[in-house]
Amino acid sequence: MHPRLELRNISKRYPGVVANDDVSLSIQPGEIHAVLGENGAGKSTLMKIIYGAAQADTGEIYCDGNAIAAHNPAMSRALGIEMVYQHFALFESVSVVENIALSASGAFDLPSLADKIRELSLRYGMPIDPHRQVHDLSVGERQRVEIVRCLLQAPKLLILDEPTSVLTPQAVVKLFDTLRQLAAEGCSIVYISHKLDEVQELCDTATVLRNGKVTGTARPKETTSLELARMMVGSKLPEMHVSPAAPSEKPVLEVRNLSAKARDHFGVDLKDVSFDVRGGEIVGLAGVSGNGQAELIALLSGERTHGHYDAIKIGGTPAAGLRPDERRKLGLAFVPEERLGRGAVPSHTLWENAVLTAHRLGTVSKGLVDRRKASIFAAGVIDRFKVKANGPGATAQSLSGGNLQKFIVGREIALAPKLLLVSQPTWGVDVGASAFIRQTIVDLSRAGTAVFVVSEELDELFEICDRLLVICQGQVSPSLVRTSTDREEIGLLMTGRKMSKDRSGDVALQD
Amino acid sequence: MELFIAIFTGTIIAATPLIFAALGELVVEKSGVLNLGIEGMMLMGAALAFWAVTAGCSMPVAIVAGALAGAAASLLFGVLALTFLTNQYAAGLALAIFGSGVSAFLGRGFGSVPIEALHRVDIPILSDLPLIGPLLFRFDPLVYLALLMFVAISWFLYRTKAGLILRTIGESPQTSHAIGYPVIRIRYMAVLFGGLMAGLAGAYLSVAYTPLWVENMTAGKGWIALALVVFATWRPLRVLLGAWLFGGMTILQLQGQALGLQVPSELLSALPYLATIVVLLLISRNRQMLALHFPASLAKPFRPAG
Repeated sequence: MHPRLELRNISKRYPGVVANDDVSLSIQPGEIHAVLGENGAGKSTLMKIIYGAAQADTGEIYCDGNAIAAHNPAMSRALGIEMVYQHFALFESVSVVENIALSASGAFDLPSLADKIRELSLRYGMPIDPHRQVHDLSVGERQRVEIVRCLLQAPKLLILDEPTSVLTPQAVVKLFDTLRQLAAEGCSIVYISHKLDEVQELCDTATVLRNGKVTGTARPKETTSLELARMMVGSKLPEMHVSPAAPSEKPVLEVRNLSAKARDHFGVDLKDVSFDVRGGEIVGLAGVSGNGQAELIALLSGERTHGHYDAIKIGGTPAAGLRPDERRKLGLAFVPEERLGRGAVPSHTLWENAVLTAHRLGTVSKGLVDRRKASIFAAGVIDRFKVKANGPGATAQSLSGGNLQKFIVGREIALAPKLLLVSQPTWGVDVGASAFIRQTIVDLSRAGTAVFVVSEELDELFEICDRLLVICQGQVSPSLVRTSTDREEIGLLMTGRKMSKDRSGDVALQD
Repeated sequence: MELFIAIFTGTIIAATPLIFAALGELVVEKSGVLNLGIEGMMLMGAALAFWAVTAGCSMPVAIVAGALAGAAASLLFGVLALTFLTNQYAAGLALAIFGSGVSAFLGRGFGSVPIEALHRVDIPILSDLPLIGPLLFRFDPLVYLALLMFVAISWFLYRTKAGLILRTIGESPQTSHAIGYPVIRIRYMAVLFGGLMAGLAGAYLSVAYTPLWVENMTAGKGWIALALVVFATWRPLRVLLGAWLFGGMTILQLQGQALGLQVPSELLSALPYLATIVVLLLISRNRQMLALHFPASLAKPFRPAG
């Protein structure tokens, strides 16, 4: 029998990088095949080549034994290859059924398509209402829409790109059930991920990529995580050192009964949020994205002010009505989620970007920028935080995501803040840089700074935080001590359900 | 009663060019393209339609010629904005200025030529009904065409797949391209349609409404049409209501001037513009509704990747 899909010696180079170097793999009908690798290992490029969105420089692709000559997405779909993107390709302003109708062939008959969607989504255990507007859906629900859209085409091969990065642990369980059901019906699945535990739980075989090359193939269920990790990142695995926290007597950040309406239709109202962060400890905020994190961060950083001055106190000073620069004077430093555009100006040089927040350290005098001092400051950050960059004169957009994030975190830490606010510290950053950034944050807190981290990566929060909060639909849970909670409890809180002991064995799932 | 009929029919007629131009622009903007050159396209349509009549063409031919002139002018904008990706604001403003200049140049010859206006329809029975007849069934055909266009465009945008594609291109051309729709081609068609409608609006002004040719005779109606689309939060029904409001104010201030109100006539003439913008501003304050109907990619150049 022919494999469902076979890649032979695929190579693809972009200017300056070899994205894929002589990659071969083969996938049988009904097989769940993992493509495992760090960010930047070439997974996404390989998927684009399979789907036809990018062309390989050399190598061949066979589908059911036939070579695919001129490849493009339309050809893929004719062959029964469907792809669920990491960042969903959905239109926010129209309904689920309209979104699906746009990519469906055949007559424009919304009522009958809606029936099909309802029927199919129930059959695979992920109910969706076809008439809801997409902007009203949670990220998990949007993913269901994407998957149902693919399933309507009765695919023979389904590609999923990092599908669990936006899901609660319970939703992941549900997704895996669906994928297993699909595979049992003969559909092949390519599952792209950098999460070892998921690959071991779900996948039959794995191809591991590093720097564009295949570094190994394995049966993940029979291979230890250590072996898989070695294949992924090479010999040296980063290690974290987290010493016990010694929280300060008084909180550095106090949030009391903070309520705020969302600024637009796509936002979430914050309801009566209260918590403290003390000096020397790291408090993490877990939650599925779009549950009010953006609103909370904007209110804490000062991008948005609040009428109740006492709702937010920094170092005992009422700060809710203060502008960002006034809060920075109180000792706040802030690393936003978007590196390019909010954390740094893409087209400006690193020293110019350094001036943006480090103007208090003498890089600006009498209203004029002191280029020499700014360059020295930027060079210091580059040096101390091991940023790979072409000196202080390099533009922010010329750095890789991980290096720019190191620079931004470094810039904020160099300000010696009393309170550090970090949103998604390692989003889209490779394993090595992630570990470095996390370690840097831990070291900063152990030196006495209060740190508040917002992250969608539970692993990350469990690794570095002393206490955890969970946000769901604008409400923040009481704090949980890291050492006495677990992923399941956090996961339930993320879906807005309270933990009850007698039901813990029978976990209800998010709808 | 006579006065009421006069005001009512006057309102409908004065609103007609705005309905054409604003609905056309609505379709353009729904596809994510901002064409500021409506004024220029209307003037081109007005000049060409008028010229066609003086050259002896029949009325339908003249009106079609006006519409085509608007479309030709919009094509100029399309090439600049969609193919060469110039800044859409700049390209649109250039078109507005260009259209007014070219139309003035073309119109030099027929400044004072009198023409016969577009005839009104005469529907047996209906037009002769008391009250209803003069109120509803004695307009010229373009008035009915404008209303027909309103129904057709609403239906197209919200009931057909092509309309859905157009709206989603306006939200995210990248995603539409990824699904496989020809974004640039569809935007060209939208721009051409907008030009056709603006040309029609201009033709209506010069061969039916006034009917004569004066330089810059649109007197800012192109800009009002543009404002209508924005303040109507990109919804056809509100465009229609806004156009009627403008038409109504135009007629009322004319009546006011005729009655000799002790208000400077310049101020009265400004009233329709002012009133329309204030009312539309008030109804467009709901930011959530605005966010839902706003074409998110408006005026952003799009180049298909790879």
